[in-house]
Amino acid sequence: MNFNVDERGYYGEFGGAYIPEMMYSDIKELKDNYIKILDDEKFKDEFHSLLKHYVGRPSPLFFASRLSSYHGTKIFLKREDLNHTGAHKINNTIGQILIAKSLGKSRIIAETGAGQHGVATATVCALMGMKCIVFMGQTDIERQSPNVLRMKMLGAEVIAVTSGNKTLKDATNEAIRDWIGNPVDTYYIIGSVVGPHPYPDLVTRLQSVISEEMKLQVREVSGKENPDYIIACVGGGSNAIGSFYHYLTNEHVKLIAVEAGGKGIKSGETAATMVMGRPGIIHGSRTMLMQTDDGQITEPYSISAGLDYPGIGPIHSYLHKLKRVIFDNVTDDEALEAAFRLTRLEGIVPALESAHALAWLGKHRFNKEDVVVVTISGRGDKDMDTYIKYMEKGIFNL
Amino acid sequence: MNRIDKLFRQKTGNILSVYFTAGYPKLDSTVGIIKALENAGADMIEIGIPFSDPMADGPVIQRSNERALKNGMTLNLLFDQLNNIRDEVKIPLLLMGYLNPVIQFGVENFCLKCSETGIDGIIIPDLPPLIYSEQYFSVFNHYDLYNILLVSPQSSDERIFAIDKISRGFIYIVSSSSITGTKDKFTDTQISYFRRIQEMNLKNPGLIGFGISNRETFVVAGQYSRGGIIGSAFVKVIGQEGNLNENVSQFISNLKEK
Repeated sequence: MNFNVDERGYYGEFGGAYIPEMMYSDIKELKDNYIKILDDEKFKDEFHSLLKHYVGRPSPLFFASRLSSYHGTKIFLKREDLNHTGAHKINNTIGQILIAKSLGKSRIIAETGAGQHGVATATVCALMGMKCIVFMGQTDIERQSPNVLRMKMLGAEVIAVTSGNKTLKDATNEAIRDWIGNPVDTYYIIGSVVGPHPYPDLVTRLQSVISEEMKLQVREVSGKENPDYIIACVGGGSNAIGSFYHYLTNEHVKLIAVEAGGKGIKSGETAATMVMGRPGIIHGSRTMLMQTDDGQITEPYSISAGLDYPGIGPIHSYLHKLKRVIFDNVTDDEALEAAFRLTRLEGIVPALESAHALAWLGKHRFNKEDVVVVTISGRGDKDMDTYIKYMEKGIFNL
Repeated sequence: MNRIDKLFRQKTGNILSVYFTAGYPKLDSTVGIIKALENAGADMIEIGIPFSDPMADGPVIQRSNERALKNGMTLNLLFDQLNNIRDEVKIPLLLMGYLNPVIQFGVENFCLKCSETGIDGIIIPDLPPLIYSEQYFSVFNHYDLYNILLVSPQSSDERIFAIDKISRGFIYIVSSSSITGTKDKFTDTQISYFRRIQEMNLKNPGLIGFGISNRETFVVAGQYSRGGIIGSAFVKVIGQEGNLNENVSQFISNLKEK
């Protein structure tokens, strides 16, 4: 089975590039060049050198013995939270800034929801001396102010987006609009495996370093050739596909993608796209999409700002359809409880997003000898306000 | 004969096409605005289907889309509103919107409803020419609906010729690398791009749109193409206080005034 994008930019029926003519030349330029650049020895050297010396890769695969005892299985944590800037997002921005440079672009734009991708973009722009503009919904700016200040300190201009619901999807629209208006000097660093072809494939390839490292580490740390499970959270789906990529063709490895259930599927306040969505078009890509009967894109809800995207990467829609990846969801409360548990048992404060992957551990009965890898996509520093609020309420004061 | 062809046959220059968002400023404004536009002398009308995520539109049209959706506008309702429009309105009518609502409505069903309503053409900015010609051309053609395609300053000559080849009715010449919105005048770069297209002698006539806001820009559009398309500037007008018919009539006559 082949899970790669086809030459027309599709994963089965999903993907493609549904873009206005005004974006055509930029997308074509990227499409015609990205594989060439990624395969270029000079690019590879620079990319891997930066990942090693600047980001701090490989990220460890840590055997979580106390969490393992709690869940009655063997749990290994892929520590993307230990990367520079605190999440997996930088794997992608390092790669894309090198592509932007190679295409001769001087101005970088990005969208951000929780601010992690914005910070990762502002960081590589500072590193490379490039102009950086980050679009962020007004609502997100208000609830993620430390990341906003961090981007500004890094020299980025943060533009408040006041259209629509003033969150991630609107920030993405605004980044697209900016790109339409600046087609010559600007490169758009998209933050997940979403958007028009070739972005989903490009970001997949850049994030696949996660599972590339896992292949060596699982052998080394667990003694088994392959893990039995890999669990990752999914919003747009970049850490999930990065964690799954090198195991997609190995059917013995069960791949679990955990969506944000929000207040529960039945409440309607959820970001579980695979449950609530049906095929549609968002940000230039045909994929599963939360929408009204009339085809208007709806605003998802999750306690985690990094998971509340109404669509999902087209490769995930395809993997879902083929049943190669199991998609499930956990609620805000389940995620919070899992975050507190990991903190107390292992001394690791995970991002709220990653806590969704951890919460799935409690929803499944594993065998004692199973090797279960959970990707900790980011650290919880940015979520301290939320955690403190729940701690003070005493709800999760374990 | 499709009314768009008829218009371009009868009128050689200074064709004025006007865009507005259906369901804005009020849910039931649609039909009144169409009639007011025809009475005021517009040559063609582009009726916008509101969408939650209009990625090629500037702030004015974005807000009109948001308002129209809040008012309760849907594609079904729009077809209901337009049900008897051909009893009175004779000029070409187009629907303009994004692909997702059309796909969710069902493309075949959408074309059928357009044909029954008397719609002459469609503009869907996020439906690329290749996907259109491979997947939708035959159904559009079956209902004699013209899919109007866009060209932009970044489009190569080769691509513009390819777009011309699969176009019917007219070509929408996007005036600058930008989203919709008003600008006071055209730059030299824009003028040389208009000239480039003019000298290509395309088989379809062209209309210049995006950034046309006043008589000056409309006149320039008419010099380098068969006319101009006005969107944001008109949406501002219908959002104003006062008598709608008078506002519309004054705006159009200011544009066309000799």
